Amino acid sequence: MKRFKGMAMTVVMGGVIAVAAGCGSDDTKTSSSEGKGSGQLQGEVITDGSSTVFPIMEAVAEEYMGAQPDVKVSVGSSGTGGGFKKFIAGDTDLANASRPVKEEESALLDEKGVKYTELKLAFDGISIVANKDNEFIDSLTVEELQKLWIDNGKVKKWSDIRPEWPKEEIKFYSPGTDSGTYDYFNEVILEEKPMVENATLSEDDNVLVQGVEGDKNAIGFFGYAYYAENKDKLKIISIDNGKGAVEPTHETIKSGEYAPLSRPLYTYVANKSVAEKEQVADYTQFVIENAGELAEEVGYVSLPEEEYQKDLDKLKELEK
Amino acid sequence: MKLINKSHVAKKMPARLAVNTICKGLFFLATLVGLLVLAILFYRIFTQGIGSLNGDFLQNFASRKPEEAGIKAALIGSIWLMVVVAPVSLLLGVGTAIYLEEYARKNWITTFIKVNISNLAGVPSIVFGLLGLTVFVRALALDRSILAAGLTMSLLVLPVIIVAAQEAIRAVPRDLREASFGMGATKWQTILKVVLPAAIPGILTGGILALSRAIGETAPLVVVGIPMFIAFLPQSFMDTFTVLPMQIYNWTSRPQEEFQQVAAAGIIVLLILLIFMNSIAVIIRNKFQKRY
Repeated sequence: MKRFKGMAMTVVMGGVIAVAAGCGSDDTKTSSSEGKGSGQLQGEVITDGSSTVFPIMEAVAEEYMGAQPDVKVSVGSSGTGGGFKKFIAGDTDLANASRPVKEEESALLDEKGVKYTELKLAFDGISIVANKDNEFIDSLTVEELQKLWIDNGKVKKWSDIRPEWPKEEIKFYSPGTDSGTYDYFNEVILEEKPMVENATLSEDDNVLVQGVEGDKNAIGFFGYAYYAENKDKLKIISIDNGKGAVEPTHETIKSGEYAPLSRPLYTYVANKSVAEKEQVADYTQFVIENAGELAEEVGYVSLPEEEYQKDLDKLKELEK
Repeated sequence: MKLINKSHVAKKMPARLAVNTICKGLFFLATLVGLLVLAILFYRIFTQGIGSLNGDFLQNFASRKPEEAGIKAALIGSIWLMVVVAPVSLLLGVGTAIYLEEYARKNWITTFIKVNISNLAGVPSIVFGLLGLTVFVRALALDRSILAAGLTMSLLVLPVIIVAAQEAIRAVPRDLREASFGMGATKWQTILKVVLPAAIPGILTGGILALSRAIGETAPLVVVGIPMFIAFLPQSFMDTFTVLPMQIYNWTSRPQEEFQQVAAAGIIVLLILLIFMNSIAVIIRNKFQKRY
């Protein structure tokens, strides 16, 4: 009996370890042969933060692997707030954020003596969308958006917004409260007032796309990349901020015409990491140089060229 | 004197048989619902994912381009995680169960411990993540390593293993134990040679359910700070890593349609890994069931 048990356990554990070790040793061979190159950096670069910024940072890390195969870059996606928490604790070198650092966060950073530099990576335009079959809605003013989304304790009908619109109940779809997208919308549209109670919230933006797609009276919002991928399934709503209705497009987001829902995406780098770790300095420079192009590839909008130059100058200051 | 009223029985018989048939149908239907959902899931995942599933998919790291995206780092990471979780959680879990069932006195302290273990099984996984972050990552300075994540996951599944092992040990007939004592065996000899072999099938069932949970969890790992993207393989238990469910979650939340297919391929890999683990457990279980 004991023999059987022993044998069985040996087989299981042996198998598992062999698989893990096999893969491990395979990797050692490749990395040691690549490591022989000249001027190669080593060490770790740890980044975490916004899930909106994640696709850009993933792309940068992927490209960086070609330039410096021995630097171990890891990219987390625990949300803007979660990213700052780890940044404050000193766990990470870069914190990715879809909003600027909050006052209480910067106070905590000061308290811990963490000096940091803000770098802009790209633009995202929060897109307001309706169902494809919705024929009456084309544009909304910022006031109308507030009327729509701020809770007033009543069930909202389209006719409450403009009298000529149908007397049908509006269905709301919004990103979850943990997301930077919600934070940003909360700041510029809701102005910290509560959102309509019957809104459907989801952390997964694809769920929102499906929700709006399947409901004639739906309205929702999410990042521009999700709209750009689903253009044929959704109806985009132009936003009027007092200067005429503007549709979110690549150009209007880049020029800043699409206001107030166009927002910059950031990464925050710890000054100490740049000064002390060569690989972090090199990686950060790589991020700035490539963020624009790679952001476009994953569905965001690049900044004007001079913005990246400003970021590079800031970084040069740190390295001195 | 008639003991049985035949005509009364005959009158009631069709109704009783009908109730039996209806119940049988209902329970069959209940089984069918589960199977049907499973079949739909399999169909959807396989039709979506099979196109992306090839050698490159297993050998590439994650990528922003769906056609180049692979699952290498996550698959190897999940296996490393299991190498930590399986021995730690099984040894601690079974050890605790043996102590509670065989050695501990039946007093209020033991009852208190047992109730608490059962309650722990229901604690949301994210709470264990916070515990892991505070204890393993920060206090013990294990950083965001395989070891820190593995120990966190072990704690998460421990209650399930303990409860299952307790039930299995309790189900071993008293006669077996007494026969062993009667032969002059000590308590430990009895546990090792009589109780444990008889309880192994039950322990393994609980163990494999627990490990399956550990391999599919993301929430505690996100809290611990395990990254979603890495492009290197871990070399030791102190390296950082990523796991299959996190990689799959990353892909499903992408706006591009192609990533949904890549995600489906990732789910297939996760399913295969689960089936592989389950079948090892089933083989061991059958081996021991035959002997009793």
